[in-house]
Amino acid sequence: MSVDADTVKRIGRLARIKIEDGDVEKLNGELNTILEFVEQLSEVDVTGVEPMTSVAPMALRRREDKVTDGGYPEKIVANSPLSEDNFFMVPKVVE
Amino acid sequence: MTLVDTRTPDPKKFIKGATGDWEMVLGLEVHAQVTSESKLFSSSSTEFGQPPNNNVSFVDAAMPGMLPVINEECVRQAVRTGLGLKAKINKRSIFDRKNYFYPDQPPGYQISQYLDPIVGEGKVLLDMGEDGEVEIGVERLHLETDAGKLMHDQHPNMSFVDLNRAGVALMEIVSKPDLRSSDEAKAYISKLRTILRYLGTCDGNMEQGSMRADINVSVRRPGGEFGTRCEIKNVNSVRFAGQAIEYEARRQIDILEDGGEIDQETRLFDPKTGETRSMRSKEDAQDYRYFPEPDLLPLEFDDAFIEELAKDLPELPDEKRARFIKEFGLTAYDANVLVADRDSAAFYEAVAEGRDGKLAANWVINELFGRLNKEDLAVTASPVSAEQLGGIVDLISKGDISGKIAKDLFEIVWTEGGDPAQLVEERGMKQVTDTGAIEKIVDEIVAANPDQVAKAQENPKLMGWFVGQVMKASQGKANPQAVNKILKDKLGL
Repeated sequence: MSVDADTVKRIGRLARIKIEDGDVEKLNGELNTILEFVEQLSEVDVTGVEPMTSVAPMALRRREDKVTDGGYPEKIVANSPLSEDNFFMVPKVVE
Repeated sequence: MTLVDTRTPDPKKFIKGATGDWEMVLGLEVHAQVTSESKLFSSSSTEFGQPPNNNVSFVDAAMPGMLPVINEECVRQAVRTGLGLKAKINKRSIFDRKNYFYPDQPPGYQISQYLDPIVGEGKVLLDMGEDGEVEIGVERLHLETDAGKLMHDQHPNMSFVDLNRAGVALMEIVSKPDLRSSDEAKAYISKLRTILRYLGTCDGNMEQGSMRADINVSVRRPGGEFGTRCEIKNVNSVRFAGQAIEYEARRQIDILEDGGEIDQETRLFDPKTGETRSMRSKEDAQDYRYFPEPDLLPLEFDDAFIEELAKDLPELPDEKRARFIKEFGLTAYDANVLVADRDSAAFYEAVAEGRDGKLAANWVINELFGRLNKEDLAVTASPVSAEQLGGIVDLISKGDISGKIAKDLFEIVWTEGGDPAQLVEERGMKQVTDTGAIEKIVDEIVAANPDQVAKAQENPKLMGWFVGQVMKASQGKANPQAVNKILKDKLGL
């Protein structure tokens, strides 16, 4: 599996990372090197092996339905570059 | 999912076009907020109408290092809902990340379920009146997190973000493409809401956003291949759903009849104009890059967990409706009206118990509901209790009061309260069935109006005038059947 220049630009756009045109070729090469490295895994025969979603030999931990968190809006917005009345403020987004 | 057409094209539902008939094909994705105290993966509150960012934990705000822990009650609610939809419950399901950037979604992804949802195929039955019963397939139900709320009207060039809703549990209930008209879609949303409310798994308040629908609309030649669909996002009322569907189907037909093609896209319904408009441009086509959520293990439970929940499931609307028809002899229509709301059904049952079920239904639906609607009151806030209404029904059944007097009595109980039987005694409202007393009144009126007697004998329809006079003289208390009979004898009709 390998990626082309268009895919690199698309991945960048999806991840909201700005990629200058001059950097595409370099990144393309790096990504393909990584993919080739990972591709070694496909040499292993996994016929009949169930896909693993976690390495932990345990069941999903569940919690009771109780309210024990929240109530600190000023802490939530503390790191926000802009806030007002405990709202985050972001550049206007309207569909 | 493989699309299977389960319906036979019905000409009554066809839409006339310039080049022939068209048929719409609809599928709905309903987002229902799970009723729970705390959020799906964090312990902050789900309470509506709180100050901005008050119901937010560091997990909801996606601060670094915060990990999700699942709320067991939300799992139970999803399973209950699955059981209520007669659906397959999956004892092992998997959470996935659905990746997209938007300011209402702090982690940059929604935790959802993609390939392995908690609930599989089920069904919803719709009673479409004279068109009979229609079964709508449910494709799946999965659990996922809700996003925060954006406000655009607070500032000229900034949007305000409130994350109180972010992380609240949603059930996304996906129908099969089995719906063929806006009426069916509206009935489906209403029925789903009724079922969820019976189960207590979602409050169904669409105006508060607890239930919203994404509607997939496509058109085709009757019975033909499925057409390309458009998805109308976030429709938040049953009425808007109907309007959006009608507009969108017509828009698609016009494009196709002009030789155009439908672009598969996401659209928004604008309630002000009644139109739908394109929401996202093609270049921004969504690519959610789903992958299993690494912070959560698969969700697993056993049969005992399901059985425990099944055991405590309430009687559902379809079963209740069947029972009302069988036990109380109700018409399908009356039964539908009564079971549409759980509180209404309970009220009716309390009135009908041990009484004439049909008479009780008449009084609950026509008098009580009519009056409650007029005053915008919920049945739980009714000034007339089930016991009092039952008392009125008893008096009618016994023949103590006529239907007309009963309405007056209802009015008195509504405004003043009190025991109906006692009120009838105290205020002398009892019906006169004593034929001797009625005959006396009739004799007096006949004697006093010889002209009218002659006219009525010419034209028997004019007997109504005498009935009116007798009722007036008896202050409405004379038994109408007895009056009619005696008048006919006396006038020789």
